[in-house]
Amino acid sequence: MSHSHTPLPHTHFEKHKHAGMTLTAEDLLRTQVALVGNPNVGKSLLFNYLSGLYVDVSNYPGTTVEISKGRYNDIEVYDTPGVYGISSFTDEENVTRDMVLRSDVVLNVVDAVHLERDLFLTQQLVDMGKRVAVILNFMDEVRQRGLEIDIKLLSSVLGVPVFTTTAVTREGFERMPEAIRDARRGNQDSDLHHRLHAMLSVAGSEAEALLILEGDEEIAAQHGVQPGAEREEMYVERRNRVNLIINAVLSERGIQRRLSTLLGRWAVNPWTGVPILLGALYLVYLFVGTVIAQDLVDYLETNLGNALWEPWIRGLVSHSISVDSWLGTILIGEFGVLTMTVTYLLFLLLPLVIAFYLSLAIMEDSGYLPRLATLVDRSLNRIGLNGSAVIPLILGFGCVTMATITTRLLGSEREKRITTAILQFAIPCSAQLAVIAAMLAGAGFSAMLIFAGTIFTVFVIVGTILHRTLPGKTSALLIDLPAMRMPRMDNVLRKTAFRTYFFMKEATPWFFAGALGVGIMQVTGLLAMWQEILSPFTTHWLQLPREAATAFVMGMVRRDFGAAGLYDLSLTPDQIVVSLVTITLFVPCIASLMVMLKERGAKEAMIVWFGTWVGAFLVGGILSQILI
Amino acid sequence: MSHIPLHKAKRGSVLRIEGIPEGKSRALLLRLGILKGEVVRCLERLPGGTIVLEKNRQEIAVGFALASTILVAVIPDGHAGTQRKKADVA
Repeated sequence: MSHSHTPLPHTHFEKHKHAGMTLTAEDLLRTQVALVGNPNVGKSLLFNYLSGLYVDVSNYPGTTVEISKGRYNDIEVYDTPGVYGISSFTDEENVTRDMVLRSDVVLNVVDAVHLERDLFLTQQLVDMGKRVAVILNFMDEVRQRGLEIDIKLLSSVLGVPVFTTTAVTREGFERMPEAIRDARRGNQDSDLHHRLHAMLSVAGSEAEALLILEGDEEIAAQHGVQPGAEREEMYVERRNRVNLIINAVLSERGIQRRLSTLLGRWAVNPWTGVPILLGALYLVYLFVGTVIAQDLVDYLETNLGNALWEPWIRGLVSHSISVDSWLGTILIGEFGVLTMTVTYLLFLLLPLVIAFYLSLAIMEDSGYLPRLATLVDRSLNRIGLNGSAVIPLILGFGCVTMATITTRLLGSEREKRITTAILQFAIPCSAQLAVIAAMLAGAGFSAMLIFAGTIFTVFVIVGTILHRTLPGKTSALLIDLPAMRMPRMDNVLRKTAFRTYFFMKEATPWFFAGALGVGIMQVTGLLAMWQEILSPFTTHWLQLPREAATAFVMGMVRRDFGAAGLYDLSLTPDQIVVSLVTITLFVPCIASLMVMLKERGAKEAMIVWFGTWVGAFLVGGILSQILI
Repeated sequence: MSHIPLHKAKRGSVLRIEGIPEGKSRALLLRLGILKGEVVRCLERLPGGTIVLEKNRQEIAVGFALASTILVAVIPDGHAGTQRKKADVA
């Protein structure tokens, strides 16, 4: 698998601008096919089938949206983000819109069980005058649910060929080349056709003309015209047309309640949904928290990292650089770039990230995640978020750095800001949780309750304060709940591999930069100074032993180091609670800080970072004054 | 028939959409097939007013803030409902 940032021409318009001069004969031969469809319709499975193993995954220029490009014989195939229509409400939609505009053929993948929803996009693609073939996926479920679709009629009403597939068995996949070949322009409404043609001289293509009529500001600006004001009428008209088509082609032979439908309903009902959530979280905890975080990571970190890699690299480097020299300390010392950072990245972070992304992909592909977002929507409203924020918040318990990157999927800047702050303040990551759990186990049940209660209170307070003080309004939840399905393992694995790769690629440099920074602090004596400055806070305000200050310094590098630094001290149960609360609320690890700097900008990142200092010592101190 | 905001709909009730707010969410709702005159069922009403709608075989979750701006009319359920209504009038 090769990954690269492939530069893509930004729009169809640009492509045409260069036509005649730079397009080679080879380029002209290469048909560009875009797979387009609503979210969760099985596009990726078809894409994987067509492209085989050789896939380029890259961020679309200027966005954080991933697109995949593959090759099928002489054809270039693009997988696009799932959308409900072609327009520009989100980054994903912008990318899909551009991909549709520049493609020669659109394979429109449709969830046959949800024709009402999906045909809106189909009709829009037809209206755009693109060469389209429709792929009706999940035909097995159509049969199981007692639905009947008149394929011939559908094809003749739309004016484009319709193929049927079953994702689970890959039935019908072999006809995809035929679909690409047979794709053709469908039946536009004749009024619409004339209107689009009248605009061709300004808009360049019917597709762009349609988007301009529908009020797409970006496309209109590209052509120097005013966006149209008819989106609503056109949408309503299209909706009505789709409803007519549905009435004609779809018939139901009695409704069968399937287990998956029931499970889907239970997942959003509070009485059954909360137990289901707890069950799901427990399974994830068993898998990630015990099997991966404790058993596997322990084994890898100790046996491969500490026992094999570190002595080996230390031996290798110490031939030329003394371990006690300043450069030796930075490279192979306690916080060494080549020692600790490599062990941490490969043997602790990598397995955890894979495990978390795997759990996330399973929850996502089964259709559970949107239901979970629905279940917790109202609770998250209270802290200025909507249900979708549950994804980064859950991921935070795995790795706050990974979760901070995921805040990109939230709807507004305000929500990204609140979620990032909560993650950095109040969510302990899995590395830290392991140490916390071990220490709390020794301190007793009431200590555990006080700890959890305090952290949860801070979570609510931070969210509430930000919600009350930040300007703007939270966007309301509006999501489609896809059918609950058994996830396809190959798709889950592929997704996990891509995401893990991107996360590691993005986060790794920051881990090294952070280690380098701390290494420099260590050799210049700044680290010792920090410890000195912190010690009065530690002994008087928090009433902890003086040595606990070291933990807070280490906590800046790796959160679990901070907690582990407390492990060796002899503390009373109350002191354990105070120190753990403080270290949990304390600054995020250095990689989190770096990612936050990148995602949220220097000013905001610094406010949050210093805010955690104040918050941690304030809450820890108050707790200490009450308890001790 | 009187209109109520969607977030006050009862679980299991059949509703006709009577009013959709202006703005960005309007286009999003239209694409999902929620437009004036459409008939939907309230599958679930979570505490606090998050609503899950069913339209044919499609399920859509609508957050409280949006649901409170959508106006709906409750359609009496099934034949029995209609008869009762007639009896009331008589």
